[in-house]
Amino acid sequence: MKSRENLIQFGLLITALSTIVIHLLIALFIFQEGLPIILRVGINEFVCGTHWSPQQGQFGIFPMIVGTAWITAGAILVSLPLSLSCAIYLSEFSTPKVRGTIKPIIELLAGIPSVVYGFMGMVILFPMIRNHLGGAGPSILSASIILGIMILPTITSIAIDSLQAVPYSYREGSLSLGATRWQTIRMAILPAAKSGILSGIILGIGRAVGETMAVIMISGNSVIIPNSLFDPARTLTANIALEMNYAVGDHRQALFATGIVLFITIMILNIIANVLSRRGVEK
Amino acid sequence: MLKPILLEKLVKKILFVGTAITVFILFFIIFYILKNGLAVIDMEFLLSSPKDLGRAGGIFPCIVGTIVLSLIAILIATPLGVGAAIYLTEYTRKGRLISIIRFFTECLSGIPSIIFGLFGFVLFVVYLGFGWSILSGGLTTAFMLLPTIIRTSEEAIKAVPDYYREVSLSLGGTKWQTIVKVVLPSALPGIATGIILGIARSIEETAVVIFTAGSVLHLPTSLFDSCRTMSVHFYILAREGISMENAYGTAAVLIITILLINMFAYWLMHRLIAKYS
Repeated sequence: MKSRENLIQFGLLITALSTIVIHLLIALFIFQEGLPIILRVGINEFVCGTHWSPQQGQFGIFPMIVGTAWITAGAILVSLPLSLSCAIYLSEFSTPKVRGTIKPIIELLAGIPSVVYGFMGMVILFPMIRNHLGGAGPSILSASIILGIMILPTITSIAIDSLQAVPYSYREGSLSLGATRWQTIRMAILPAAKSGILSGIILGIGRAVGETMAVIMISGNSVIIPNSLFDPARTLTANIALEMNYAVGDHRQALFATGIVLFITIMILNIIANVLSRRGVEK
Repeated sequence: MLKPILLEKLVKKILFVGTAITVFILFFIIFYILKNGLAVIDMEFLLSSPKDLGRAGGIFPCIVGTIVLSLIAILIATPLGVGAAIYLTEYTRKGRLISIIRFFTECLSGIPSIIFGLFGFVLFVVYLGFGWSILSGGLTTAFMLLPTIIRTSEEAIKAVPDYYREVSLSLGGTKWQTIVKVVLPSALPGIATGIILGIARSIEETAVVIFTAGSVLHLPTSLFDSCRTMSVHFYILAREGISMENAYGTAAVLIITILLINMFAYWLMHRLIAKYS
């Protein structure tokens, strides 16, 4: 009986270790496929090189890094005002019943397939941008708006949870001192929930950096260093997805190397979010 | 300088508008897709094969591909994920190993699907020689779903009150008997919620599937056949401008499926909450 229990415990431990194994396997395979070309070209040349023409053996992904940065920054700018208003309103001003109805509705936004978001960008945003602002449509602007909407649920939902985790005594203490609700939110609740909200924002950034299909459909994908919001741009993810099905040899390795850069970026963001959310919990 | 009371009223209005815009966006997307897509959907669209690359005909092979691929992903991710959740909650709640496992689970859920796609392509399609197939797609998607299933199962198991366990143990039940006969049945609605959300996630997924299961537009006959899921079909129809009409139709089927699945999951979760409060 005892040995059977031990065996079961061991089996369960194996399943618990599966996420570590998968994570390490992913790192192993991506690095094994992509690292050789980075070493051959040189890290500096690969990351800071501005020419991407695989047929000529030029592998510089700097334009894609800039494109990713622009689009992600734009997405955060679009997303923050909406997601923070949602979170603060639902957590502090609405009744539990309204919160209980609206929160799952917002989380449903996360369930809409990313290709549908990309498609909405094509059929709704492109004509709007073309008619009112000029340009062809596919641009950093359109990608930022769509990605900003896509990461709304991530940030909103984590921000609501962090606001709700602030002990009720904070609110009572501040209100009993004569502060208005908004003063209470600004001076007592938001500072206490800061780390949690920040970790939500960073997870949102991670989502935006990693999004692929929607971005391909709406960002234009040209390999240029963009100068304005209306320029098309190509992200790291799009670079991989667009060329993967015909790439061979060095070219394929370079796409995996793009994956390495993406992987490291996401890992850094994950670690920051993890530290922040742990700090939030400790409080 | 505004008076604090006035300022509060103003802030409340602004926040309300922000919330309203967000909710509006969601309803707009759903309404827009359904408005343009519902007219396309009929029995023939759902049950016939596409003709001329999808310009005409239905999406039957894509529906079959989507269902089979999701099933494989769930059948692999569920035992692994629930097992991990049991270990993390019932056997050890603290300790170095546990925090390492938690950290990697968090990280895995943040890894972009394109990276999973690359990984699945190298491991399953190339090294293991499964080719672009439902099997490669299902396995890779399973890995991607794992964090969701672990997290929701953990929450569900943690919500089972401790006295359930104490009663079972005091009656002479072993730890495993307690888990199987007392804890898991009580946590079942919560675990099922996680699995159902996992199904929804695998239906939405495009980047992973296109790299591991390919996009061949035929009715798959074995697990080693390539398939084209609804999301991939929609992506190809829309991006290559093959047929806007059928793209809307496919999108409407996708949205309706996802909505129904999410509502079902939400209903299940509420049953669980009602049970313990």
